[in-house]
Amino acid sequence: MKTTQILIAGFGGQGILFAGKFLAYKGLKEDLQVSWLPSYGPEMRGGTANCNIILSDTPVGSPIITTPDVLVVMNLPSLQKYVDTVAPGGQIYVDSTLIQEKVTRTDVEVFYVPATQLAREAGAGSLANMVLVGNLLQNHPELSFNGVDNVVNSMVPPKKAAMVELNMKVLTIGREYGR
Amino acid sequence: MAERVLMKGNEAIAEAAIRAGCRHYFGYPITPQTEIAAYMAKKMPKIGGVFLQAESEIASINMVYGASAAGMRVMTSSSSPGISLKAEGLSYLAGSDIPAFVVNVQRGGPGLGGIQPSQADYFQATKGGGHGDYRMIVLAPASVQEMASLTIKGFDLADKYNMTAMILADGTIGQMMEPITFEDEEIRQYDKPWALTGHEGKRPHNVVNSLYLKPEELERKNFERYERYKLVEENEAMWEEYMMEDAEYCVVAFGIASRVAKNAVVAAREKGIKVGLIRPITLWPFPKKVLEQAAEKVRGFVCVELSMGQMIEDVRLATNCKRHVGLVCRSGGMVPSPDEVLAGIENAVKGVY
Repeated sequence: MKTTQILIAGFGGQGILFAGKFLAYKGLKEDLQVSWLPSYGPEMRGGTANCNIILSDTPVGSPIITTPDVLVVMNLPSLQKYVDTVAPGGQIYVDSTLIQEKVTRTDVEVFYVPATQLAREAGAGSLANMVLVGNLLQNHPELSFNGVDNVVNSMVPPKKAAMVELNMKVLTIGREYGR
Repeated sequence: MAERVLMKGNEAIAEAAIRAGCRHYFGYPITPQTEIAAYMAKKMPKIGGVFLQAESEIASINMVYGASAAGMRVMTSSSSPGISLKAEGLSYLAGSDIPAFVVNVQRGGPGLGGIQPSQADYFQATKGGGHGDYRMIVLAPASVQEMASLTIKGFDLADKYNMTAMILADGTIGQMMEPITFEDEEIRQYDKPWALTGHEGKRPHNVVNSLYLKPEELERKNFERYERYKLVEENEAMWEEYMMEDAEYCVVAFGIASRVAKNAVVAAREKGIKVGLIRPITLWPFPKKVLEQAAEKVRGFVCVELSMGQMIEDVRLATNCKRHVGLVCRSGGMVPSPDEVLAGIENAVKGVY
């Protein structure tokens, strides 16, 4: 039995919910059991957003994550809020363009990815979220990179077809970063 | 098999309602159920249906009353404060003995409360809400798949017994996405000889009404109605049992609380505690028999609720207070963690209630 609990957090507009949806769809394509739960409360209206994604090879119990195995953060308040909740041995992905602070915990693996900068350099300034997702995929063989294009295709509406290529580009940049 | 797709719980209700033959939706927006209305607004015009955002909750439930009186499959949806506004209409629908399908995606209360998930409308849904002697069938989904399957079931039961079926969900199940499959189910059709469809001079005209000024007549109507309710209680209770075969303790929880409770049951089993879960799927009729039987073999119960403890009263009634019933509860939009539920189970084992 393997279950991965992923918490993604940041500001509204950074594509937090989209990044989570992407992982949920990818899990679906890999025939995993998945749940995706967005924040929909006042914190979202006040600017911060987060979402809980659970990927498992057995049915998902509670969709609410209290101890994430993987934390992806795109702003400092989210890092500060959730850093201590990560399970020992877990992973933290930090957009190091936006967050200068370092994680002091030594019982977790931390990946500092200058996602916002990498996305900007690729001409896709709004897709730092997908750089981080690409980097995460590198470390999660249960969500193989194969078939990523199908997931992107099914998520991007036809009117925004140009975004498919950009998403693929930044996913690949994220995947290659730090290798 | 049909394809697995990802859907929000709210969208699953809307899609299932359309598949169940619902072509009339009347509502008024409120978080956390607005996706139902949004889905209907997009789909209904394309399939010859009616989506109407009314001027208020009170207007929308009375539009449901009207469309149902005309024999249509019809629904409305709202969240806690909005359901309170619809309560008068729910009583009129019951008093007129016509079907309706209503969704409550609960949020924290009382009053305007908050917008986070809650189960604190249990009393309102199962014990009344509106005035007078009446019942509603209350269905409590615990997954996105059940949001769909219980919607189809709800429309069927409403027509079968000429009463309101309500989905009592919560903000979490409404907002979350999970894989779901829609099988091509056969939708049963029911004769509605009482419907107001125009008599064309061929039959006496029908009247749908809830006014009976002669007490003898009103009493007779209520007696007849409760005969029907008795059939519902005998035939329609639904529940799920989880790890109950050898259980010495029993957790009782519905909806999102049952999902958290399942995690706690697994954790308790890992610690060697023989505990299981009974999850009521219908809250009315309440699955009394299975709880009564469980009381014969377990040492104690633990109720898990997103309220100050409402279903716990029905658990005590169903088990004739034969065993202690502990309570793990959070309120106002908070959800208990699996650890809190586990602590409740461990307290029951220690005999602390």
